[in-house]
Amino acid sequence: MTRRLENLLGDAHQLYPDRVAIEGPDEQSVSYGKFAGAVAKIAALLQAQGIGNGDRVGIYAHKSINTVAAMFGIMTAGAAYVPVDPDAPIRRNAYIFSDCQVKAVWAEDRLLSRLQGAFPAEQVGRVLRIDDVSGICLQEIQFPDTVRSDDHLAYILYTSGSTGQPKGVMISHENALSFVDWCSDTFQPMPEDRFSSHAPFHFDLSILDLYVSFKHGATLVLIDEVTAKQPAPLAAFIADRRITVWYSAPSILSMMTQFGCMETHNYDALRLVLFAGEVFPVKYLRSLKQIWQQARYFNLYGPTETNVCTYHEIPADIPFERNEPYPIGKSCSHVDCQMLTGEDGSGELVVRGASVMNGYWRLPERSAKSYHIDDKGAAWYKTGDLVQIDTAGDFIFLGRLDRMVKRRGYRIELGEIEAALYRHPAILEVAVVAESVDEELTITAFISTAAEEKLSLIKLKQFCADHLPLYMMPDRFNYLDGLPKTSTGKVDYQQLSLQEA
Amino acid sequence: MATNTQTIKDTVKNYLMTEFLPGEDPNDLTDTTPLVTGGILDSISTFKLVGFLHSKFDVKLNANEIANHLNTLNDITDIVQAKQGVA
Repeated sequence: MTRRLENLLGDAHQLYPDRVAIEGPDEQSVSYGKFAGAVAKIAALLQAQGIGNGDRVGIYAHKSINTVAAMFGIMTAGAAYVPVDPDAPIRRNAYIFSDCQVKAVWAEDRLLSRLQGAFPAEQVGRVLRIDDVSGICLQEIQFPDTVRSDDHLAYILYTSGSTGQPKGVMISHENALSFVDWCSDTFQPMPEDRFSSHAPFHFDLSILDLYVSFKHGATLVLIDEVTAKQPAPLAAFIADRRITVWYSAPSILSMMTQFGCMETHNYDALRLVLFAGEVFPVKYLRSLKQIWQQARYFNLYGPTETNVCTYHEIPADIPFERNEPYPIGKSCSHVDCQMLTGEDGSGELVVRGASVMNGYWRLPERSAKSYHIDDKGAAWYKTGDLVQIDTAGDFIFLGRLDRMVKRRGYRIELGEIEAALYRHPAILEVAVVAESVDEELTITAFISTAAEEKLSLIKLKQFCADHLPLYMMPDRFNYLDGLPKTSTGKVDYQQLSLQEA
Repeated sequence: MATNTQTIKDTVKNYLMTEFLPGEDPNDLTDTTPLVTGGILDSISTFKLVGFLHSKFDVKLNANEIANHLNTLNDITDIVQAKQGVA
């Protein structure tokens, strides 16, 4: 029998019917028993509307217990869920729902009119509700000739394409479960654990939070989107709710070490700190470890297309003189990772194995291009990330291949300039973009500093010259109060490039 | 006619501050701040400086002098004085 994600809930329900499955942002909570009941009702409603195997259902709602119930209900009915950022422009979300031809969307009541307005009237079907599942409802959407998807598809996560429209990463139940099982082996979760749910559901970090926590009968603590972005309230929340397993992108952790007033809280419960999605500047990681001392720290790495595929445990003590970021580490046991050797001992990281996606939704050519086929005919997903292997056999992340530029014949990895500038004590955040106009390359560093202090250009250039070859010297330094972020909390390079232009 | 050391230094510093470092604190640019190896002068600005030294002090520099004798205010002052001395 093929395994499915929603069965994790069934198992937990059998074993721990009275344990708390989810705590909502507003402190209401639901037991596994009660939650399983809500999920069954949603699944029954969907099936009564003819929604099941081979269908997609959208999720257009902020974080709540009922949103999670909708996700499980969709899978229980046999369909795949497609979560979107409820705060993104409706045009983008309507594009996603149209692209994957959802049969219906679980939408928050207050977002319903916005959703309906984005489709022609003849496509907008009925609105259905379940009495005791408040706040969200099912909006039917009609497309002519809906395509059937693979029965094994669990969810589709849309990631921004570097050019134009977002593309849908198709993840099967087996893909996701192979990763969940690896988490079980590596992190030894317990029913007593309290998992943070910091990442939004359209971000692949949410997969660990949701399914690892349910698999082990633990409690998932939902963090609302507003608190999630504010260092001081968030730092208090983590302490008050006695989170034991934290997982997020590093940027919010860096913010908390600077603005979270963390030393005033008690974090005894915290045992595991996981981060992924971008490079964690060592100066902030060091500060964090001084506050959250007893926890174990893991750097997880993997694009949405593979979920986590390498990991590295951060040692207990970070040497004072260390500035370079930690490796992304070694392959997780459920996948194989390799470096396609290129120039100077670095190369693109490629991945194959159980958690690697089944391609992009209805983009066969784009999907085919994203794999490297080896001598034996095996397909490896090309991450687009440039790595090196250190003497310990760990992969070191150097940067995005598409963030590599050339100047005077030298290869420049923009991430390396960022890493150098992050060493500057007065620099809080930095992002470097390159723009080529008439073959003339301009490198601009966007910087935010403590107390809006503008740094001496002479000293800043001197600092760069001390840490970088001269051909990597940024041409311009622009000061911002803070760097723009995407809805998943990463630096928004597209936005910065626009400012640049 | 040779120009005295401090005048050369002040003139060059004033040029560098106005041309390449507008709005920056002059105190940050010392006699020993590395200009080329410190990334303040790139190749284009170096050639602008060479043109300035020529028009202001009537000093012509060869490639070796441009490459090796313009890294600090002190270096520039020395090379200008040396070239004026032989003129």
